[in-house]
Amino acid sequence: MSDAELPSSTGPTAQDDFEPVSVFEDSEMDLRPGADNCYKCSVCDTTCPVAEVDDEFPGPKFQGPEQWRLKRKEDDVEIDDSIMSCSNCMRCDDACPSGVPLSQMHNTARGAYVDEQMTKLSREYVRNRILANYGTLARLGSKVPRLTNFVMGNSLVQKVNETLLGITAERDFPEFATQTFREWWAERGGPQVRSEDKRVAYFHGCYSNYNTPEVGKAMVRVFEAFGYEVAVPRQRCSGTPMFANGMLDDAERAASVNVSELSDLLEEGYDVIASCTSCSMSLRQEYPELFQLSGIEEVAENTYESLEYLRIHEDLDGALADASVDEQAFAYHAPCHARNQGLDRQAVELFREVDGVEMEDVGDSCSGISGTYGWKEEKYETSMKIGDDMFEHMHDAAGEVGMTECPTCSMQMEHGTGYEIKHPLQLLEDALC
Amino acid sequence: MPIRDDVVVVGGGLAGSMAALSAAESGAQVRLISHKKSTLRQASGLVDVLGAVDGEAPISDPFAAVDRLPETHPYRIVGVEGIREGLRRFDDVVGDSYRGSHTDRNALVPTHGGTIKPTARYPVSVAPGLASAEEDTLLVGFRGLTDFDAVAAADHLAATGVPFDVDGAVVDFPIRFRDDARTTRLAQALDNDQDDVRDRLAEAVAAELDGHARVGFPAMLGDDHGPAVRAHLEDRLGATVFQIPTGPPSLLGMHLEDLLIDALERAEIRLSTGNRAVGYETADGRLTAVTVDRRGQTVPYHADQVVLATGGLVGKGIDSDRETVVEPLFDCHVPHPEDRYEWSEAEAFGDHAFARFGVVPDDDLRPTDAGGDVHFPNLRAAGGVLGGADVATEKSAAGVSIATGSYAGRRAGEEAAQ
Repeated sequence: MSDAELPSSTGPTAQDDFEPVSVFEDSEMDLRPGADNCYKCSVCDTTCPVAEVDDEFPGPKFQGPEQWRLKRKEDDVEIDDSIMSCSNCMRCDDACPSGVPLSQMHNTARGAYVDEQMTKLSREYVRNRILANYGTLARLGSKVPRLTNFVMGNSLVQKVNETLLGITAERDFPEFATQTFREWWAERGGPQVRSEDKRVAYFHGCYSNYNTPEVGKAMVRVFEAFGYEVAVPRQRCSGTPMFANGMLDDAERAASVNVSELSDLLEEGYDVIASCTSCSMSLRQEYPELFQLSGIEEVAENTYESLEYLRIHEDLDGALADASVDEQAFAYHAPCHARNQGLDRQAVELFREVDGVEMEDVGDSCSGISGTYGWKEEKYETSMKIGDDMFEHMHDAAGEVGMTECPTCSMQMEHGTGYEIKHPLQLLEDALC
Repeated sequence: MPIRDDVVVVGGGLAGSMAALSAAESGAQVRLISHKKSTLRQASGLVDVLGAVDGEAPISDPFAAVDRLPETHPYRIVGVEGIREGLRRFDDVVGDSYRGSHTDRNALVPTHGGTIKPTARYPVSVAPGLASAEEDTLLVGFRGLTDFDAVAAADHLAATGVPFDVDGAVVDFPIRFRDDARTTRLAQALDNDQDDVRDRLAEAVAAELDGHARVGFPAMLGDDHGPAVRAHLEDRLGATVFQIPTGPPSLLGMHLEDLLIDALERAEIRLSTGNRAVGYETADGRLTAVTVDRRGQTVPYHADQVVLATGGLVGKGIDSDRETVVEPLFDCHVPHPEDRYEWSEAEAFGDHAFARFGVVPDDDLRPTDAGGDVHFPNLRAAGGVLGGADVATEKSAAGVSIATGSYAGRRAGEEAAQ
């Protein structure tokens, strides 16, 4: 409850006919109630992984409610350029005890900053646009995967990327698979299980299509083992990297395709499943917060992360009780976006009881890469500093295989430790299929 | 059945954590559901049991004063033995990190406002600063850190009649940070001894020391390496160094939260954090599940026994609008005057009715309806959501949470085992 709701202790003039009025008529979304809810406890600032390592970053409380108020008061107040240092990990959402929609405020401010204050010819804008549209890049690259892998793995090309574009040369580009998930899906002839009442539409996202199709295949095999009919609709990027780079128009174009395709399937009784926790986060939270598209609420309400869905609808504990896999210890990292959906403990909780599996949570720190953030030359160092805690805990853990739901966390885990990184669905496939 | 446990506790603060820990002692499988970071992060980290009764403060022996509380007070329900049981569990959780378990009597801790707070348990770094020790004291604040005014705090402390000389000094923190840098930033610099900050801080303070036997800083002397930071400063200053609890962001509150989470993990309690509990399912008048919102859909978490530990008005376990006061999750009865102008008094520190708003427990901490019957036989309540205690005035918030959380959790565990 905000102070404003407390009854006045001194003014006994009853105002029973009180009607809240909208002060800002032209505003697309009124963030005022959110800003008013902030009681400045600063818990968000103490959970922000960027603020922890970068003293220049003023933190989520400034980026959200305070900046919103400054901007409201005077039209010529510009948005502070530090908004571009927010990595969109969304931990502040999870921290706020008072319901302030911090990430929504950050996304809106970042979008306005990029639209109105960033020079469209600047290297930063061009670079961010390229990174934000990874899906398009990947579609082209994966047409000739071996050639792309060869070219992108070339250190000279990496140097050129860094010098010309500001994409760090410290990281190896993720390899493209020789066969994409969608090619595999077409080759096997689509769904192998038919069902009238158990149907899921798979939102594979860019990464498990172009880079790690084994995750997508595991999803299909696991869900089919539980008797689900799987559909793989036409889809574009979920929008996560676009939000993080303030490219809200690009994100809305992609969202309109996704919402339209998924809405059609919802009508046929499908629920939407994502294997990437940033994709599910985007469809679930950012879509309805940022866009007004027909069917967007229904898509948000019916989207689930894959393990989450099975835990709700199937007796997963029971199915795993008799399962066993080759002995393996894993160092599990919960992505920030999984944390925001309340999913940060489910993999450990689920697999802890499986014969042969040792599963250790490597702590609640952020991996630091935050999608495209850690690919930016000027953010690379910050990204690795944030990741230090996680690397250290991974080395301390018994396992030498990492596990996470997020593709870019997995890049960071591999980059920092050299471990192979798996998705929980792959372990579930091992145990059940 | 999909997600199922023996006991579900709703609320991840002090009461909920203590409830989960004591329920798990019975061997029950326990799940703790919480929505956001708990209000512990804004709390002082001190554990008050009872500091004031009927306008008498400070109370020296909280246990002896319990029978002076109204019969509807949660302490009267769990009794002195219930409070002791809760504190025993708490002492197990915090181990060497806290002091105060050696005596029944309240300790007197100086606060960042320069008042004296009667408290039962306090962080080990706070211990050397107790107002009962007759040692001349220097309070040190930092220029730009507006949360703590050392000179005003020292004046206030002197005015309370403490048995020693107390002075305040303001120094520059040796590293210049952004103007509105948080205490956490300063703590981190001291943790890492960034740019020899420990020695440089000691040097700045030594110039003001002037024979004082102990030096109090706002609680920012390191986070992960607090003991090393204090030892370093003590060595350089030749004086005892202690911390003064602060408002948010409160490192002492965050440290207590960490200790509780470690204990919950050791007890293999399942933690589901990030989504809000919004409703419940029943069969034959008993709760069968608590339902949790996941942005539009609700997911049932099945359990035999449920503990409600969602907090009071600040923690949002009790809510109100212009018409009424409610407990939003189970819609338990919350008695309150019909006329909302009777909810509060004109004076800020008056005897406010709202301070006692909360659910009404039976003699087994089960919330009851307006007729005095339990809402559900397998639902218990603990902590701030319970009515009948004005914890701010009594200085009993942490104690009520620990005692009732511990009791409700133990009973839930026992019932689940049957």
